[in-house]
Amino acid sequence: MNAPATKLIKGQTGDWEIVIGMEVHAQVLSKSKLFSGASTEFGAEPNSQVSFIDAGMPGMLPVINEKCVEQAVRTGLGLKAKINLSSIFDRKNYFYPDLPQGYQISQYKNPIVGEGEVTIDLKDGESRLVGIERLHLEQDAGKSLHDQHPDSSYVDLNRSGIALMEIVTKPHMRTSEEASAFLRKLRAIVRYLGTCDGNMDEGSMRADVNVSVCRVGGYEKFRESGDFKHLGTRCEIKNVNSMRFIAQAVEYEARRQIEIIEGGGAIRQETRLYDSRQGETRSMRSKEEAHDYRYFPDPDLLPLELDANWVADIAKSLPELPDEKKSRFMGLGLSAYDASVLVAERELADYYEELAKGVDAKAAANWLNNEILGRLNRDGLSIVQSPVSAAANNAIVAMISDKTISGKIAKDLLDIVWSEGGDPRAIVEARGLRQVTDTGAIDAAIEAVIAANPEKVEEVKAKPKLAAWFVGQVMKQTGGKANPAAVNAALKVRLNLPDEG
Amino acid sequence: MSDPISMTLAEARDALKAKKISSTELTTALVRSVEQSRGLNAFVTETPDRAMAMAAASDARLAKGEGGALEGLPLAIKDLFCTKGVKTTAGSRILGNFVPPYESTVTQNLWNAGAVMLGKTNMDEFAMGSSNETSAAGPVFNPWRAKNSNANLVPGGSSGGSAAAVAGDLCLAATGTDTGGSIRQPAAVTGTVGLKPTYGRCSRFGIVAFASSLDQAGPMTKTVRDAAIMLGSMASVDAKDSTSVDVPVPDYEKLLEGGIKGLKVGIPKEYRIDGVPADIGGLWDKGAAWLKAQGAEIVEVSLPHTKYALPTYYIVAPAEASSNLARYDGVRFGHRTSSSIHDITDLYEKSRAEGFGAEVQRRILIGTYVLSAGYYDAYYARAQKLRTLIKRDFDKAFESCDVLLTPATPGPAFGVGEKTSDPVSMYLNDVFTVTVNLAGLPGLSVPAGLTDNGLPLGLQLIGKAFDEGTVLRAGLAIEQAADFRHKPANWWRSA
Repeated sequence: MNAPATKLIKGQTGDWEIVIGMEVHAQVLSKSKLFSGASTEFGAEPNSQVSFIDAGMPGMLPVINEKCVEQAVRTGLGLKAKINLSSIFDRKNYFYPDLPQGYQISQYKNPIVGEGEVTIDLKDGESRLVGIERLHLEQDAGKSLHDQHPDSSYVDLNRSGIALMEIVTKPHMRTSEEASAFLRKLRAIVRYLGTCDGNMDEGSMRADVNVSVCRVGGYEKFRESGDFKHLGTRCEIKNVNSMRFIAQAVEYEARRQIEIIEGGGAIRQETRLYDSRQGETRSMRSKEEAHDYRYFPDPDLLPLELDANWVADIAKSLPELPDEKKSRFMGLGLSAYDASVLVAERELADYYEELAKGVDAKAAANWLNNEILGRLNRDGLSIVQSPVSAAANNAIVAMISDKTISGKIAKDLLDIVWSEGGDPRAIVEARGLRQVTDTGAIDAAIEAVIAANPEKVEEVKAKPKLAAWFVGQVMKQTGGKANPAAVNAALKVRLNLPDEG
Repeated sequence: MSDPISMTLAEARDALKAKKISSTELTTALVRSVEQSRGLNAFVTETPDRAMAMAAASDARLAKGEGGALEGLPLAIKDLFCTKGVKTTAGSRILGNFVPPYESTVTQNLWNAGAVMLGKTNMDEFAMGSSNETSAAGPVFNPWRAKNSNANLVPGGSSGGSAAAVAGDLCLAATGTDTGGSIRQPAAVTGTVGLKPTYGRCSRFGIVAFASSLDQAGPMTKTVRDAAIMLGSMASVDAKDSTSVDVPVPDYEKLLEGGIKGLKVGIPKEYRIDGVPADIGGLWDKGAAWLKAQGAEIVEVSLPHTKYALPTYYIVAPAEASSNLARYDGVRFGHRTSSSIHDITDLYEKSRAEGFGAEVQRRILIGTYVLSAGYYDAYYARAQKLRTLIKRDFDKAFESCDVLLTPATPGPAFGVGEKTSDPVSMYLNDVFTVTVNLAGLPGLSVPAGLTDNGLPLGLQLIGKAFDEGTVLRAGLAIEQAADFRHKPANWWRSA
């Protein structure tokens, strides 16, 4: 894939480039936690899903949940990444009330997944590669609640010990649009894989965004040499929780950094917070204030050794992923844009595939994009909540293409099924919506119109444009069910009209 | 029949089976012995009611001809093992009122085998110490005193309460834990038998962690046979401990049989260290001679990295401890400061300063330091490399022998307060035992003789991983040759 085109930001003293890397925390889809049997279900009563292990009770020991390991490997394979058959769990030590053990079990030097890549899809239909540095497994912390009591804080440990995948990218994104596109694509991949529900509102996916700016050309030098000295000092923006906020935070942060540098200042490496209400980033802590986590291998856990055959079996069981689906859809005749819209959500792609069964792919895509998504959007529904099934839509599109109904009737039919339900084919029969292509019936209607309006026959010979009036009359005569094209053709012959009429 | 409290575990078991005594009688006698012996401060929690109820249940099973390997036998449990519904303090103020809602796997195994719990024994705080003087519950006194002296001696540590309880006939046997010598050193200085099994032989689940890669539970008993019996019930693979190992548990008592003819016994030359009293060296030579007389072959072996063992241990163990003890923060359980606090850091600092004793604080500081950025490579990473080399030394030595014979301690029991102001001299107590923990091997301390002024000394046998059978068999040979029948004078008992 081509080198990313540069989007330049104009400063007072010249042009700047943005460089973005991301760390995404994705909650592993599993019934129980990474090292305990406690449930991971969202929304339970505080502290109702806490085992003695999650609460850091004396003498309790972690035991790895094989399902979580499998999900991490599955995700790694979906990111086309190297699976490390041997990895190590480390302790990351720090004190916080929502961290009961006083350390988080994570993976530091030897993660379960190494380098991989994600193809991101941009608005113009272009694609780019974003390198993945690593993926590792770690425990989530609990949640501190500071707003429940005037002078005490509360802690909910339901989340404590839930498995997270931390997915770290290389600094390969160049615009806020690419950053959002990356997260969107990553979310699609993990949802296709069934390894994370990608629910950002519930915190199942959270992103830390690293932003730096450099002078034009610096990034190219970095890509050529791998030397970070060509890039600016980065700031990490913590916990940006929507695609929109990511774009806003990146834009704000880049401008802030440029202003500082152009004002003669220097960027301090620090952790910042994005305030979505103010639309700005604020300093949380500098590098000097950063914790010394005193990482060391967790002596309660043996190195995690994976069997290559087990990994191969997981690889075989991977579903078709968005990129493969997209190229298959393009092979069916869809544009890159249409295909990437359809594959963005697995449910939408599945819906489309059922809708398109045995009908023209492009017609099916147009029907889905123009009719279904529009109505869903109007009603505030998602594709899985669609009141009309993919099979019903397939029937409608099939009836359009075999000319059983006209496009106009099809839309009316969809509205009927949308609000009243029912089988589209049965409705077409019951309500007589079938398009009349029987030339006998059309001819009879034409004769009736001619007989009733002999003067119009004379007029149309002088003014061929009047043919439209005849078409309207014939349609009226047939209750709108006549195939307009068939009516046109029959009228031309009957009235001896020139072709261009 | 002799006083039931002085029976060995095997004798009591056989007497129960033969219905010469009931568990209720046996337990009554031991509960009374515990009460009379409070002057030793060996127990931190006595559970007489539970003991009598368990004894009654055992008697019912025995009457029906049922019962497990330890049916009706009263034991003492080191206070590091979590016992459901019974206070578990780890010898620390920070867990002063902690009552676990769960049971450790090792103690559960013992109860499943029918054992009776007399109570929880005193110990060095979080198992950090070699004299039982760091306990929040105060020091334990060794039942042994030097000839013509009334000075109180330490029972060793950290399993000092268990050692004193076994030596003073307060229980038939006890559990201990051993991170750097905490079973073997107190056993040696109290004239009892202490076995640290192979790392992974006994589950660590429910044992308050000190240094996870070194901690191992084991028996403290009156005889080698008793240690074999206890280990058979304590050991198990455990799905709740990822570091427990799935090796079948053999009948260790059966493995005592057969003698040591042809056994190759290695004598590591590096264990002849300066400053160790002559009687230790003499006893060691005597031990080798005893084994040789029973048909063993004595070979000299080399463990060249021995001199690095103590420094390595005092980096690895505090490093792990500094992390393991982070959970004692005053937030969810255990001691929380009652003085006013202004923020969460203040809560941590005050709770931990009040809750942890000086030795624990020292080790947390050492451990935090050696893991810190900029020091990790110089200390922790190097210590791990040395640990690998120390392990390799043993692998190499075991190419030419089946078991190693060494002294257990560099000296006999010392006076209470004698070494508390000098941590390094205290740490030197572990010089012969820490290597075994670093290598994850089984080690057994067997009483082998008395010093000139009448204090017990032990010899240590070190075996290959999961070869406790050979270690015990060689230990039995020492025990038989030494014919150690000495008992401490009964100075502490109240009426």
